[in-house]
Amino acid sequence: MTAHVEAPASSALARKFPPIAEFVIGSLALVIVGGIYMASKFPRRPPLALPIALLAGSIVLCLVAAVMTARLHDFAWARFRLVFGWALLAYVFQAGMIEYAFVHNNASGAPLAVITLLLVMFALDVPFVIAFTAARYSSPPAPTG
Amino acid sequence: MTDSAHAMAAPGGVVDGAPPRPAIQIVPLKGLWVVGVIVVFLIVSIAEDWRWALDFFHVAGGGLWTGIDLFVGLVVGPILGRLSIPARAEFSARFMPKMVLIMPTVVLMTLAAGFQLAVNLGNLDPSSPNHDWLVVSFVVVGVMAVIALGFLEPANIAVLFEMKKPVPDGEVIAKLMQRFVYTAGILGLMQVATLVIMTRVATQ
Repeated sequence: MTAHVEAPASSALARKFPPIAEFVIGSLALVIVGGIYMASKFPRRPPLALPIALLAGSIVLCLVAAVMTARLHDFAWARFRLVFGWALLAYVFQAGMIEYAFVHNNASGAPLAVITLLLVMFALDVPFVIAFTAARYSSPPAPTG
Repeated sequence: MTDSAHAMAAPGGVVDGAPPRPAIQIVPLKGLWVVGVIVVFLIVSIAEDWRWALDFFHVAGGGLWTGIDLFVGLVVGPILGRLSIPARAEFSARFMPKMVLIMPTVVLMTLAAGFQLAVNLGNLDPSSPNHDWLVVSFVVVGVMAVIALGFLEPANIAVLFEMKKPVPDGEVIAKLMQRFVYTAGILGLMQVATLVIMTRVATQ
């Protein structure tokens, strides 16, 4: 392969971003640990202290990531919104399938509420990290403002 | 980074004799109806507790998931890592959109049907000899989910967007492809653990 085309003036790799993806992946990891804990106790009613703590940690990490993202300048917001919207649709559907599996097997009350909130975080975290990753490489190499 | 890292022609165009780049559709819309049919059948199978269908979805989905991860991670990935950047880009432009549809579908088939089977067969009950093995399998799947959803899939989508640009950045594509190759390799190795656990559960 010998094709050669002018490289972009400066690569998007040169720009450093805050650890947004790391925080969202951390949030996702906490949600998954909580989900594993709930599923491993099912169909019995599990103690909810640990999954609630994991859920709270997940929410905090996701919020920190959201604040860091909102503060970004010269970010490819159009791409972020486009990818986030479509990925959200896909992962709301996936989370709905998991919720359905629990409801079908008679999960109810507080455990179901915790599972639902864990799934809400799952359905937000995955689109967030996908959209951020797609948008960061579509953003200008360095802020101009 | 060598010059070849930037050797990307405009979509559909030809540069210095390079083949035209394929038009990239990030989600292959033509395949969505297949996914729809599978998901509807899966929901009905769970709702009606159809044992054969649940077994089919779990075994067929799990076999595909494990096989694809092993093949991509341990065979395709290392080959991809040794190709030139333009060759990687051309392969990825045709390969990755298909993975965007196939992998979530087989994972959903496997996990949803598997959970229902575990409940129906009593394997989730703490007194079941399979309970601890299932929890270990949850942990393995959980680690794979973090790697796949947090690292591999974002890289997959981002590389497709990069390749749709009029002048893609070869360095970005190389970095994202490297992430794809490494994470696919890790997932492939972790699938070996899944094979051990599932064959153990099936023979307890």
